[in-house]
Amino acid sequence: MKALVSLMAVLLLALIAYAGASVPGLRYLFGVVIPYAAFAVFVVGMVVRVLKWASSPVPFRIPTTTGQQKSLPWIKDSKIESPSTGLGVIVRMALEVLAFRSLFRNLKTQVGDGKQVAYGEAKWLWAAGLAFHWSFLIILVRHMRFFIEQVPAAIQLAEGLDSFLQIGAPLFYMTDAIILASVTYLFIRRVGIPQVKYISLMADYFPLFLILGIAVSGVLMRYFTKTDIVSVKVLAMGLMSFKPTVPETIGSLFFIHLFFLSVLFVYFPFSKLVHMGGVFMSPTRNMANNSRMKRHVNPWNYPVHVHTYDEYENDFRDKMKGAGLPVEKE
Amino acid sequence: MAKLPKPAELSKIDFTLPKTDWMDTPVVFKEGMYCHGSKPKSLEIVEFPNPREWRPADADWKLPENWKEIIIEGIADRIKKYRSFRLFMDICVRCGACADKCHFFIGTGDPKNMPVLRAELIRSVYRKEFTTAGKILGKMAGGRELTLDVLKEWWYYFYQCTECRRCSVFCPYGIDQAEITIIGRELLNLLGLNIEWIAGPVSNCYMKGNHLGLEPHTIIGNLEYMLDDIETVTGKRIKPTFNRKGAEILFVTPSGDLFADPGTYTAMGYLMLFEELGLDYTWSTYASEGGNFGFFTSNEMGKRLNSKIYAEAKRLGVKWILGGECGHMWRVLSQYMDTWNGPADFLEVPKSPITGTVFENAKSMKMVHVAEFTADLIKNNKLKLDPKRNDHLKVTWHDSCNVARGMGMLEEPRYVLRNVVNNFVEMPEDTIREKTFCCGSGTGLNASENMELRMKGGYPRANAVKFVAEHHGVNMLANVCAIDRASLKALMEYWVPSVGVCGLHELVANALIMTGEKERTTDLRGEPLPSAEAKEEKA
Repeated sequence: MKALVSLMAVLLLALIAYAGASVPGLRYLFGVVIPYAAFAVFVVGMVVRVLKWASSPVPFRIPTTTGQQKSLPWIKDSKIESPSTGLGVIVRMALEVLAFRSLFRNLKTQVGDGKQVAYGEAKWLWAAGLAFHWSFLIILVRHMRFFIEQVPAAIQLAEGLDSFLQIGAPLFYMTDAIILASVTYLFIRRVGIPQVKYISLMADYFPLFLILGIAVSGVLMRYFTKTDIVSVKVLAMGLMSFKPTVPETIGSLFFIHLFFLSVLFVYFPFSKLVHMGGVFMSPTRNMANNSRMKRHVNPWNYPVHVHTYDEYENDFRDKMKGAGLPVEKE
Repeated sequence: MAKLPKPAELSKIDFTLPKTDWMDTPVVFKEGMYCHGSKPKSLEIVEFPNPREWRPADADWKLPENWKEIIIEGIADRIKKYRSFRLFMDICVRCGACADKCHFFIGTGDPKNMPVLRAELIRSVYRKEFTTAGKILGKMAGGRELTLDVLKEWWYYFYQCTECRRCSVFCPYGIDQAEITIIGRELLNLLGLNIEWIAGPVSNCYMKGNHLGLEPHTIIGNLEYMLDDIETVTGKRIKPTFNRKGAEILFVTPSGDLFADPGTYTAMGYLMLFEELGLDYTWSTYASEGGNFGFFTSNEMGKRLNSKIYAEAKRLGVKWILGGECGHMWRVLSQYMDTWNGPADFLEVPKSPITGTVFENAKSMKMVHVAEFTADLIKNNKLKLDPKRNDHLKVTWHDSCNVARGMGMLEEPRYVLRNVVNNFVEMPEDTIREKTFCCGSGTGLNASENMELRMKGGYPRANAVKFVAEHHGVNMLANVCAIDRASLKALMEYWVPSVGVCGLHELVANALIMTGEKERTTDLRGEPLPSAEAKEEKA
């Protein structure tokens, strides 16, 4: 049900964009105004979100240690899983962000009927997640060619590697296939595993369909319908130079693609997608396990009411003396 | 009290999901799965709000008129104070990687015991009250109104989490359900909604220095019994000191070790080890608790109880502090104590008087774990050990959650263990070290009225023990945690009756050859040693 509503919402968005593209007066709105606004919302929204997180202090040093602490010199410490130095933390975070280290640990717990609990490999979520995020990033980088007059060597290199499996023309990008496959897997997994389906909200399906919509519309334009790439670049360059024009030769599919992307940009800072920024700030991962070596200061630490030794001795002086314990006051 | 079902029945775990959406499925309080509510006296002693007689099963919880306001303000306050909380409210993508990592979910099959859903219980209210999308779109954006039913659901499920952090190991963003439960319980405590098994020990600890409420003369009396037993086993009379000014080291251990077996055998182990070393140390009756049930109540209460350790070290003028075997005690000491009540600049960087080793890893907080201390002794050949005395035992090692995932102490106890026993077998790798399973009774849930919950929560741990018991003949489950020693005993009796439970230093003391001791014929438990048995047979 939640999935269906989310799908309908995305289809409705496509319809809106299609309508917008066919009304001449609205093409400027969908081609220029909305993309500008969406990008602004994205940037400002993410900055505000990160500043909000940053405004809350980290009162305690709470890394989740997933390896041996640094203690006695002859015991080998786990410099990445339980980092005691800043460098260790950087490596731990790099592995987390670039390779999804924690998700790589994933296991499948199988509870037999009163017998052995078994723990099996479960790398598909990790693989699909990684494939999805990396292909999204590479596709984004590839798109930079639309926004830059002279396409830099780095982007050309990325395109070259991505189209390594050349099948006819136009160049076939592996990432296009990977992103479709991985997003589809993530969706099937979400509805296919009963527990995951049970925890899923509309906010979990909607971005999946939206991203799938962006990918499908992009793939259609590139491989199946003829999109006037030159006029798309004119639009993109115009947006970049703040002298936007909307060439009439741009088809409605492109408008759908662009509108989906705009919606994603607007949706981003207000949704779970903020994990993109949040992962860098997670205190259980980005802190060194050195709280016994170096005092961590809590900015809002305040004095508390305690039961002092003197009060304790007052309560128990006779019993203490009776038991032969030394006391401060006779 | 609810009747505890038989193991065969309890191990049939039902993973069927309710037909209704989780937000539309009201909480049902099942007897055996929750603890008694806090008593008014326990709250009054520590000046906590809303002390009154109440029972969780009652419809009326006798809450203040403005309870909802208190909770919402409590959340607002805490998102400003804790980046962890604010972030963990925002970034979860509900991938479900944490779901089958929780021992309570594995043991109960209840979807609200999936860490992700336990967090959503509070996240849904956060969305409704604190996010733009939730305010406008409500349920469509995953938001929901805070009602009395929601509050009861929080209470039920935040006291079905032991803050073990296993979920946070697997979370791609490091979201730690422990952190959310800690704050969830803090919020509940604003309304006087604690459990007595926590509130009672907290008030005891506040007034008397330890969770069990042992008064100074009782502590000494309890230790005297142990000293008698040590004399019987070794022929040596030990005379420890209490509240002694000018000692080099203050020793602090959880009070559970002074109270009931098998913890008492661990305490006997400390006494024997320190005696053999001639250590200049003292016990304290004021700081007679290493554990901290305040930590399961609120940050402030944790700090109030913890303050006694540094205060007593200062009063007695010791150089540094040595800490006994305990789980959450060491998470609190490692990650909170110095921040709360430091800097401990009146102490010196801990240095073993026996080996000269300086514990640089504790140079700021000034407290050393006894397993680190003993590992260093063994490495420097300072102990005469006869591991054969433990030959009647086949030992496996339980990593306590907090020590593993909130400190990273994995190798030190294993090193000690390998030197004091000849038969050591690890449990399956996905159930040890950073992936270790909770005993099911941590964070103050080791009461008796919730035994069904405890046996269910401890099921994955027990199952792994059962595996090594059946395949390798393991008969002893060793650990460094006082709650483990108390709770795993019940867990083993229920699931794997052939396996006993002991602390690390019980095994150390069994193997320790003390100067001038008589020939030992029994271990600390009074059970005949294998070598003595062999001799008898020969004769």
